[in-house]
This record gives sequence, structure tokens and C-alpha cells, in this order.
Amino acid sequence: METRKLFWASNVSKNRHRSQSHWTRSTVSALRVPVFPTLSSIQIDSGNSSTELRMDSEDDMAYEDEYDNQEDDGDDSNPFPPNQSLNKARADENDHIDVDEDDLDDSQNTADASSLACPRICTPDSGDYDVLSTEQVCQYMNDFVKDISNILQLPATTTRLLLSHFNWDKECLMERFYEDEEKLFKDARVIRPTAGDRQGSSSKSECNICYQTLKGSEFKGADCGHRFCSVCWRSYLTSKIMDENVTDKIECPAHNCRILVDDGLVMEMVGTQAAVRRKYQHGITNSFVISHRIMRWCPGVDCLFAIRLRISPDWVCVTCSQCQLVCCFLCGDQWHDPATCLVLKRWKKKCADDSETSNWISANTKECPTCHATIEKDGGCNHVVCKNSACKSEFCWICLGPWQPHGSSWFKCNRYTEDDAKAARDNQEKSRYALQRYLFYFNRYMNHQQSLRLETKLNNSIRIKMEELQQHNMSWIEVQFLKKAVDVLQQCRQTLMFTYVFAFYLQKNNQQDIFEDNQHDLELATETLSGFLERDITGQNVAEIKTKVQDKAAYCELRRNALVKHVHEGYEKDWWEFSL
Amino acid sequence: MAAPFPVSCARRIQKELTALHAEPVPGVTLKSGPDTLADKSTDINMIIKGAEGTIYNGEEFNLRFRMNERYPFESPEVVFQPPNIPLHPHIYSNGHICLSILGNDWSPALTISAVCLSIVSMLSSCKEKKRPPDDQFYIRTASMNPKATRWMYHDDNV
Ligand SMILES: [Zn+2]
Ligand SMILES: [Zn+2]
Ligand SMILES: [Zn+2]
Ligand SMILES: [Zn+2]
Ligand SMILES: [Zn+2]
Ligand SMILES: [Zn+2]
Repeated sequence: METRKLFWASNVSKNRHRSQSHWTRSTVSALRVPVFPTLSSIQIDSGNSSTELRMDSEDDMAYEDEYDNQEDDGDDSNPFPPNQSLNKARADENDHIDVDEDDLDDSQNTADASSLACPRICTPDSGDYDVLSTEQVCQYMNDFVKDISNILQLPATTTRLLLSHFNWDKECLMERFYEDEEKLFKDARVIRPTAGDRQGSSSKSECNICYQTLKGSEFKGADCGHRFCSVCWRSYLTSKIMDENVTDKIECPAHNCRILVDDGLVMEMVGTQAAVRRKYQHGITNSFVISHRIMRWCPGVDCLFAIRLRISPDWVCVTCSQCQLVCCFLCGDQWHDPATCLVLKRWKKKCADDSETSNWISANTKECPTCHATIEKDGGCNHVVCKNSACKSEFCWICLGPWQPHGSSWFKCNRYTEDDAKAARDNQEKSRYALQRYLFYFNRYMNHQQSLRLETKLNNSIRIKMEELQQHNMSWIEVQFLKKAVDVLQQCRQTLMFTYVFAFYLQKNNQQDIFEDNQHDLELATETLSGFLERDITGQNVAEIKTKVQDKAAYCELRRNALVKHVHEGYEKDWWEFSL
Repeated sequence: MAAPFPVSCARRIQKELTALHAEPVPGVTLKSGPDTLADKSTDINMIIKGAEGTIYNGEEFNLRFRMNERYPFESPEVVFQPPNIPLHPHIYSNGHICLSILGNDWSPALTISAVCLSIVSMLSSCKEKKRPPDDQFYIRTASMNPKATRWMYHDDNV
């Protein structure tokens, strides 16, 4: 009791950033040749995280089996046990991916600037990407972890936390590992595993959460040395996972201890509760997919598959082989060629701002000046901290400047000067013109979007027409031209829709003139084709109509390709300048 | 028909109250505890006296703790009760307190007593009586329960 009091007194009122006060350098580097607990690698095996596809009971059985089988690869003291030929093969595969990742580092840096390589359209059979089920994602993640854990000679559970800290960038992790291991562990909020078991002394003591006096063997703890009884651990972890939706980074329950709880302990405590375990494993898999640069969930509604790129994650168009959705790998939106992801993001933000809620949005949300995450203000003073856990930068809500120079006079931000105010007034003049211009592009963009939304209606009416035609002595093959024409129409509309986004931000130059001519041609041809398809096609004029429709569709496709090719050429040759 | 408090939760609250009696936090008096723990939530009322040598010297504030059945895994709801709400840059005029350990930084190893200590120290270190700059906006928009607010914490050094 006494010690607890003293401890609080010295910690409670402290700044929340002061955290790892009770683990010391000596603990971290204590032992270099650890004998790892055998539990270390059970946590995230694909078998038991295959989740909802299985019945609960089976799921549990599978878990038990796996638990029992642990001895098989639990021999962590030998980093390359003989039975790893299978994994080796996989590792080679991973190496292949990594080569591409290296390439990408350069291009990624430049991609951040406005000069973009032109987009790459990948078809499902190109071998440029894989579509993985949740089970396969787990398998891939486990192999990935195992691979690194063998190299670093750390338990899989520790490796998983470290990789997660580096957003699964293994080069970055290894570089830092060999550079300054101690600092790495500290930054990642992980204790370097030491030999010896985690069991405490055998003497009785009081649990700091439930205040029960229990035998030492009842206590469990993370490697930071904070120990609580199993019942409290279970409640704590269940509460975090089920109520607070925290799965990836669960901190030690001790106040001010930021050390992360590893998967081994979590599974030991809640592994038998199917719902909790499932949600936990889901969370881990999810964070793996979200933060690994070569992966993304298919954005398709209800599609549970993930896309893993084998080429560098640039501006790439992928088609999900499961749900057939065509999307942009970089931003996860629908494929938006010719507008870039950044241009589209700005456009969507602008459209949203322009809605009824614009006042609320501009008053209550801003972009984090560091990571550009959208931040919502909901109480508190102007000293805000970015909620993005990877960023956490502190800045001033009023001026968006870094917080530091504001010091203690945090309510007197004087960075918004008179000059700024005057500039703001001048801007009002311009905004009238700007609004007109915006509406011009917005209306055209919306027109195509609306037409695309009526897609199902058009598809239905075309299907009916196709059936009618077949009753007028046309074969099934012969009426397919209509389906084909509808596909072309929809592709053209989609492209056109995004040309208005592209054009809105595009600065004037000669190439921009050519682009606008192309856009005009395509727009005209598309509307004509649309007219043909909406028109009543009857048995009488069908031969005549067929030729017209086919010709027009072919022309549309030609124009669309010409437009897209021209824009891509511009990306390659740096013709385009955007005012964003 | 209210679900009874889990035994473990009730026992912990009881033990905390006993400890609070035995070792009171300076400047804090327990006014009323729960009569029974059979309800969905339980209230504990404290009186905090402004310490000598601080700008709140001589003032008295009512502080209410409200725990639900998930305590201590969920943080308690802690608010100052009218009529006297401390004038402080981190305390809103509706009694809500902007304090990280009541939100993101809550730990089940924290206690009523630790929270009181933290609030007392927050009051004691304050140099100027004023409301948070967004007080008017906040009290118009905030829910009754401060835990429904997603707080961006104030500078802890004020
Ligand atoms: Zn306990
Ligand atoms: Zn700890
Ligand atoms: Zn899909
Ligand atoms: Zn994109
Ligand atoms: Zn940020
Ligand atoms: Zn400022």
C-alpha cells in the first residue's frame, strides 16, 4: 500500500509523454543469448485466425491442436531448423518482392512530388499482384515474421511488435536493429526478451487491480516487470479488444507504462475465448494489411480479399479477381485515370466542403500539417495533438504552426496577422470567379457520375432489347454488340468524369489545349453513343442501327484511348502543372 | 431491473474507499459513498478544499465519481458539481475536466485516490483563474458525460 501511494504521488500529475520511467537500460540489454519461451510463436498462425469461415467449436479445436503442435517449431535456439525447407522457398519468393520494393524507394520519393510516372494497368493474370484470402494474408504475415525473427534471432512475438512499429518495413527495422538496438527497443516500446521465465516469486502479494492477495504463481506480466493476476489480465485484455477496439498496440495496464503486450501473453490469457481471440487476430491482420506498403484490402463492398503487389506500389490499377472491382492501388478509390490520387483527393475534399456541412467542416476539421490526416476538433484548447498514432505531431489549431514556439501563452496565437486578414479579403473578390469555374467542372463531373449510377437501369433495358432482338431472328452472338457498346459507354463516362477533375486543377498551356480538344471529342462521341443505346431499337431498323452503334462504339474507344495516352505521355514528359 | 455490480468490481471499490478513509488525500474529504453497489452505476462524492497558498484558498468544490460495472477497466466519469466549479483553464464551466488520465491515459491500476491527487495538483499549480478558451462552445455542444467527448488534451504543464 505504502509503495503504491508513493509511486502515484510522483507520477500521476506528470506529463503523459513521460512514460518508460520504470524500465531501465540495464533491463533492456541484460542478456543477449536468450532462451525464448515456447509460447512465443503461437499467436498469429493462419489456422486459428481463419476466423469467421469456421464454426466456433472447430475453431477452438484447431487452436488446441496448434497449441499442442508448438513443440515442432518451438526450437528457437536454432535459427534454421532442418524442417524449414518449405519456409525457405517462401522466403525466396519474398526476396523477389523485396527487389521491387527497393526499386520503389526511389520512385516513391519522387512520386510525392507532382511529377508522376504514368499509371500502370495490371490485369489479374499479369502476375503483378496476388489476391489473397484472409487465411493467405495470415500465412504471409506469419512467414514474413518468421523470416525476420530468424534473422534477428528474436521470438516471433517480439519481432511482430517491432515490425509493426516500422510499418512492416523490414529493411528499416534491420537497419535500425544493427544501428542501435537499445534505442530501437525503447522507441518500439518493446522489452528485449531475456532468458528465464516470466513467473514471479512464490511469495504472496496483492494484485494492483483487484486488490486480492494471491500466490506468486497466479501473477502474469509483460517483460516490463508489471505483474497482475490472470483474472485481471483477462478482463483488461478483453476490455481493450472488445470495447476499445485496440488490437495492434495494447499497452501494459500499469499507469504510465507504455510497454506493449506481446501476442504470446494475449493468447495465453484470452486465447480460449473464441470471440476475443478472433477479433484480436483480425485486428492484427488488418493492421498488417493497412500498414504494409505492398498490401491493401480490396475496397469492394463485402469483399474480404487483400491485394498484394509484386511490383512497386506506385500508381497502379488493379482488378480484384474475387469481386471484379477495378481500383487504384495507391489510394483505394475507384480507378480514376487520368486524375492522379492527389488531384482526386483534393477534388473530393473540395466537393465535400461545398456541401451544406461546409461551415461545420471548415470550422471543425483541418489537415494535420505533418501527415495530412483529417483532424476534427472536439473540445480542448488550441494545442492539438494529431490522433494518427504514427504522427502525433503537436500543433496550433489556429495557425497550424508547430506547437513549440507557442509556449505557455497557448491561447494568444498571434500568427494570424493583419496581412493575412487583408489577403483573405482580397481573396473574396477572386472567389466569385472561382466559384463559377468550379461549378462548371462540378456539373460535368456530376453528370457523368449520375449517368454511371444509372448503369444498372441501362444494363437492364439493354438486356431486354437483346432478348427482343433474338426474337427477331438474331442469334445470341449477333446481339452481343449491344453489351459491348454499353461497356464502352461506361468506360468512356468514367474516364470523362475524371477528366473534369484533372482539368479543374490543370494549368493552361499548349498541351492543355490539346487535352481539351480530346476531351471535347470524346464527350461528343460518348453522348451520341449514349443516344443510340437509349433509343428504341426495334427489329425493323436493327441492321442499320447495329452498324451505327458498332462504328460509334469503336470511335469512342479510339478517342478514349487517344485521350488517355496523351495524358499519360504528359505525365511522362512533365507537361502537366496543377494548381492544387 | 438493474444488473448487480460484479463482485470483483464492488470489492475493489470497497477496498479503495477503505484505503481512502485510512489514508485520505490531503485536501480531499469523502462526502458520500455508495449506499449499495447493486445499481448499474455508483456515485462517490468528494469535497475538495482549495489549499492554502494557492489561488483557490478557502474555496470548496464538489467532485463526483461515477463508476459503472466495468470499472476499473473502464475509467470513472469524474465531474465537478455545481454550484462552485473551479475557474481553471482545464475545467469547463459544466464541470468537465480535461485530464488525460480520465481518458486515453486511464489505467486500471489507477485509483480514486490517484485521480484526486492529480486533480488537487492540477488546481494547486494553477496561477490564473480562467476558463478554457473554447468553454462557451464546448458547454453548448458537449454531452452530459465527459467521456463522450473525444478529448485533445491541454498542455499538461499549465
Ligand atoms: Zn487482479
Ligand atoms: Zn509495464
Ligand atoms: Zn474484391
Ligand atoms: Zn488513386
Ligand atoms: Zn498528423
Ligand atoms: Zn498558433
